[in-house]
Amino acid sequence: MPRETPLLARYAESLFWLARYLERVENVARLIDVTQTFESPGREAESWYSLIRINADEDGFAKSGLTPDAMQVKRYYLLDRDNPNSVPAAMEAARTNARTLRPVISTEMWMQLNMFHRELLSVQDYELEGDRLSRLCGRIKMGVQEHTGITEGTFFRDQGYFFYMLGRLIERADQVTRLLDIRYHLLVPVGDEQRRVAELTQWGGVLRGAAGYHAFRRVAPPDFKPADVVAFLLTNRAFPRSVLLCVGQMEWHLTQLRATYGLRGTVPALERVEEIRAALLDRPVDKVIADGLHDFIDALQRDLILLGAEIGTAFFRDWRPLADKPDAAGGQSQTQVQRG
Amino acid sequence: MTDASADPFAAYDSGPYFCELAADRPGDTGAVAHVRRAITAIGLDQLRARAAAAENDLINLGITFTVYSEATAIDRILPFDCIPRILTAGEWRTLEAGVKQRVAALNAFLHDIYHDRKIVKDNVIPADLVFGNANYRPEMEQFPVRFGTYVHICGIDIVRDDAGEFRVLEDNARTPSGVSYVVENRQLMLRAFPDLMAGMRLRPVDDYGRRLREALTEIAPEGVDEPQVVLLSPGIYNSAYFEHVFLAREMGVPLVEGADLFVEDDRVWMRTTGGNWPVHTIYRRIGDDFLDPTVFRPDSLLGVPGIIGAWRKGNVALANAVGTGVADDKAIYAYMPRIIRYYLSEDAILPNVETYICREKDGLDYTLANLDKLVTKPVGESGGYGITIGPRASKEELEKARTSIVKDPSNWISQPMISLSVAPTLTDSGLRPRHLDLRPFAVTGRDTWVLPGGLTRVAMKEGSLIVNSSQGGGSKDTWVLAEG
Repeated sequence: MPRETPLLARYAESLFWLARYLERVENVARLIDVTQTFESPGREAESWYSLIRINADEDGFAKSGLTPDAMQVKRYYLLDRDNPNSVPAAMEAARTNARTLRPVISTEMWMQLNMFHRELLSVQDYELEGDRLSRLCGRIKMGVQEHTGITEGTFFRDQGYFFYMLGRLIERADQVTRLLDIRYHLLVPVGDEQRRVAELTQWGGVLRGAAGYHAFRRVAPPDFKPADVVAFLLTNRAFPRSVLLCVGQMEWHLTQLRATYGLRGTVPALERVEEIRAALLDRPVDKVIADGLHDFIDALQRDLILLGAEIGTAFFRDWRPLADKPDAAGGQSQTQVQRG
Repeated sequence: MTDASADPFAAYDSGPYFCELAADRPGDTGAVAHVRRAITAIGLDQLRARAAAAENDLINLGITFTVYSEATAIDRILPFDCIPRILTAGEWRTLEAGVKQRVAALNAFLHDIYHDRKIVKDNVIPADLVFGNANYRPEMEQFPVRFGTYVHICGIDIVRDDAGEFRVLEDNARTPSGVSYVVENRQLMLRAFPDLMAGMRLRPVDDYGRRLREALTEIAPEGVDEPQVVLLSPGIYNSAYFEHVFLAREMGVPLVEGADLFVEDDRVWMRTTGGNWPVHTIYRRIGDDFLDPTVFRPDSLLGVPGIIGAWRKGNVALANAVGTGVADDKAIYAYMPRIIRYYLSEDAILPNVETYICREKDGLDYTLANLDKLVTKPVGESGGYGITIGPRASKEELEKARTSIVKDPSNWISQPMISLSVAPTLTDSGLRPRHLDLRPFAVTGRDTWVLPGGLTRVAMKEGSLIVNSSQGGGSKDTWVLAEG
C-alpha cells in the first residue's frame, strides 16, 4: 500500500459542518414536535415564542417582521430560508457541504442528501397545520436518521469520519441543552398537585422529544422528580443524546485523531472536553437547579462553542477566529468564504 | 397510446443523412440488427418509461451541470438518449489512429512554436497567427515539458458526412470536458437496459481514471518516488464541477481548490489536517488566465499565486501545459492537415472540414460572397456561441454576421455546411433521426491512449446541428464493438 494521503483541511471542515447541520435539522424538528405538545389552549403564542428564545433568535425574528404567533414561528423554522437556524437553511448548508465533499463521501450518502434536500425545500404551508405538523417532523427526523444509517454503513473510516462525528456530537450536545431550556422558559412556580402532574407531563414531553422517554422510565424511580429528568439528559452514561455521553464520545474521537493520525492539534480541544466533563460532574443536579439551570446551560453552550473553535483553529482551512463575543452565534455557523 | 407491439422503426426515416444505426451499416457483423431487434422487443412505451427513470436517477445522483443565466443557477442533467450509438471495430481503428496522429501533431507543433519556430520559418503557418494569438504564452518559450507532452488530455470533435466519412470539426487541447458522461452513460445503460446490452461484446470505458492517473504520475517531476497528484477545480459553482468530482474519485486523488494550495520556496503544498503536504502533478481544470494571479489575471481568486514559478522551476507538473490554447484555436485548425504533414510526414488520417480563413483575403471574400451557404464561427469562442448557420439564418441574422466579420475579419472562419450523421433518438413522436457528433478523449503521458468511443453528443431538436450541452444537446452511450 502506498502511504496514505492526509486529509485536506477543507474536507475536514466540511465534514464537521455537514454532520452539524444535519444534526441541527433533526433537532429543530424535535424542538418543534415538543413545542407542539406543550401548546395549551390560550397560551399557544407563548409556547411557540419560547422556541425563538431558546435559539436566541429574538433579533432575527423581529427583523423578519413576523409576529410571535404559532404559525409565524413554525414558518420561521420550517420554511424561512433566510433564517440561518431554520430546517431549510440548515439543509441547504448541509447539501452545499456535501457537494464539496462529493469526492470523499459515498455516492449513496450524496444521493440520499440530494433527495432529502429536495423534499425539505419543497415543504408547503399547509403541512405546518394540525396533525400534519407532527408527521412532517417525523419525516424530517427519519430523513436525518436515514442519512445517519447510510453513513454508518458506507462512509470510509479515515480521519474524515472522526471530524464528521465531532461535528455531530457537538451539535447534539448543544441541542439537548436547548431542549432542556424549553422547559426552563415555561417553568411555573411550585404549585398544587394538579400543576405538579401537568409539569411532569411536560417533562415527559421533553424526554419524548429527545427520544429518551422509555429509557428514562427504565432507570428512573416511578415517582420521578424534574431533577431526575435533568440529570438523565445531562449526565446519563448510556443515553445517546445525553451531554455527558456526547462529551465522552468527543473525547474518544479526538483521541483517535491524535493516536492514529498523529494530529497533535487535538490537545487544546481535549483539554476543553475535560473542562466540560468536570462542569457536568462537579455538582449534584439538585444544586445545579437551585443555582439556576438556565445559567448552567448557557455556560455549557458557550463551552461547546469554544470546543468547536479549538478544533476549527487547529485543523480547518477557512476557520476564522471567533468574534469578541464567544456567546454570539459565531461558533454555531460555518464561516462563509466568498470566492470568485 | 402507442401500440407496444408496433415496430418503433416503422416510421423512422433518416433522409439523406448517414444513419449510425442503419440496417445496412458497412462493416457491421450483426450488432446493429441485434440492437434494432432488442429495441423493438422492448417497445416504445417501455423505452420511454425506462428512459424517464434513468433521467430521474441522474437528477438524484446529481450528475448535472450548472447553467448560469443573469440571476439564477440551475442544475441540469445532460439529456440522455437511451438508443446507443454504435462504432464498428474497423471504424474505431481508424478513429483511434487518427486521434493519436492528431495529438502527436499538436504536441510537436506546440514544442516547435515554443522552441525553434521552424514551422513559421518554413512559412507553413503565418507568424502572426501564432505569435499574435491571445493564447500564445511567452512564458512557455524554451520551457521543457516531460516527454514533449503539452496536451495531456485532448478531446477531438468529429462528425460524419453523408458518405459516412469521419471529419474533424475541432480540437480541444485546453481543458476538454465530457468524459464523465461517457462513463456514467455506460453505467446508466447497464442499469436500465441490460436486455439491450445482453450478448454484446463492447470495449469497456471504465479504465479512464486509471489511465489518466498513470499519465499524470508519469509527467511528475523526475526523482519523486510517489508523486502526489491532485485535481484543481474552480469549485462547486463551476458548471463542470460534477466532472471534476468524477475524475478525482476515479483517480483516487484529492479534488482541491486554489485556496487549498500554496507555494513556498517554489514548491506547491496543500493544506491538510496534518500540516502541509507536497503536490507534484496538478490536473488543473481552470484556464491559463486564472492559474496564477501573479503572472496572469491579477484578479483571479481561483488560482494559486506563485504556481507558474514553481512550475518553471520544475517542481510541479501541470496538465495540460500552459499555452496549449494556441494549438486548438479555430484559425490554427485550418492548418492542421499541413501541420500533420510537416511534423509527421503523413497525411491526416481524419480529414478536416474545409475551412475558409477570413484573415486571408481570399477566404474573407469567399465567405462574404457565400454567407448564406456557409457556417460562420468566431475563432475565440467555445460552446457553440456566436455561430451562424447560413442556410438556416434569417436575413437579419446574416446581416449581423456580415457586420461582425467585416469589423474583425481575423476573428472569423467559415466552413461549408456539413451534414452531420444521424441516429435514431427517442422523442415525443417516437424514434426520430437526430444529428450527432463524437468527442473521443486521448490521454498522453509518455504515450497516447484513447478511450474507446468517446462522448456522443446529440442535438435533441429536430433538424438542429448544435449539439452543445449549453444549448440543449444531449448524449448517447457510445458502443465500440470488440474486435473479432
